[in-house]
Amino acid sequence: MIKQVLSLVAIVLLAALIFAPMLINTPLHTSLTPLANYYATQGADDLGAPNLVTAIVVTYRGLDTLGEVTVLFIATAGIGFLMGKKKKLITPKRPASELLQNGASFLLPIIILFGVYIFMHGHLTPGGGFQGGVVIASGILFMMLINQDWSHNVFLFLESFSGFFYVTIGALGIVLAGGFLDNRILPLGTFGTIFSAGAIPLIYSLIGLKVGTELVGILHAMRGEE
Amino acid sequence: MNLVMTLGFLLVIIGLWAMLTQKNLIKIIIGFSIIDTGVHLIIVSIGYIKGRTAPILDASVSVADAANKIVDPIPSALVLTAIVIGLAVTALMLTFVIKLYQKNKSLSIDDYQELKW
Repeated sequence: MIKQVLSLVAIVLLAALIFAPMLINTPLHTSLTPLANYYATQGADDLGAPNLVTAIVVTYRGLDTLGEVTVLFIATAGIGFLMGKKKKLITPKRPASELLQNGASFLLPIIILFGVYIFMHGHLTPGGGFQGGVVIASGILFMMLINQDWSHNVFLFLESFSGFFYVTIGALGIVLAGGFLDNRILPLGTFGTIFSAGAIPLIYSLIGLKVGTELVGILHAMRGEE
Repeated sequence: MNLVMTLGFLLVIIGLWAMLTQKNLIKIIIGFSIIDTGVHLIIVSIGYIKGRTAPILDASVSVADAANKIVDPIPSALVLTAIVIGLAVTALMLTFVIKLYQKNKSLSIDDYQELKW
């Protein structure tokens, strides 16, 4: 009881001293901040990507995104380390039902295709590597539900491959263009088409593969252990 | 007053209440996830400008007119990555809980006194 009262006091203090002033004093914007204004007016000319959020995530703040992918990798590595080596997979009491098997085999290619679509079109439409990667991981979850003996090695390979090439393309930017992770190592192309915006579709696809395979790694580590 | 930001703070408060009062480790993690969602809402609401559209340049938002028609793209970009990181961190916490349960066969925070002072 005393703990609950203390918690309530702490939360009320936090709300009154920090949240309420923030809520009252944060102005309702009516125009863009100078930085956002620069992105809005110059972003299309600079990078050739119609989706400005993607331009910021992949190029303007590309280093930030590399850091985020690293955090994701460390979290996955931590999960893999904690779950440890599998003694043996839990043998299922019965095979997956026919409904699940057929439904999953039917949906799996469509889900993977949808994920690939989302990260290939990250520079044109809402979406991108992070969202596409999560969609792909959900497709692989289906595969894990129906197929019990299933090798993880191909995903480990894809994960290292995409991470390596992401950094390599970033480093190429230092040599061929303005700096690390600059997308102008490839021609900018026609504004608004799929093969445009320089290296953005390439980098975002690699991020998508990386995020997808890392989440599959989490699923794999958490799956059936004695 | 900003409605979305108010809701975001409300979610943070609900999540914090769950983290402070619940005894079950999994419920504490659910509280953390609720805080996570609330923080995302707050960040997005900072960049919102009334009556404007998503920062994607297409037929309806021309390049020349973009500065007057789009919301701030920076908070959206930050939240986009934060959502995936939140997912991975939640998975890491759940892994800790699995390991703690395997070792001590208890999900109650009262049974883990080692870090208490």
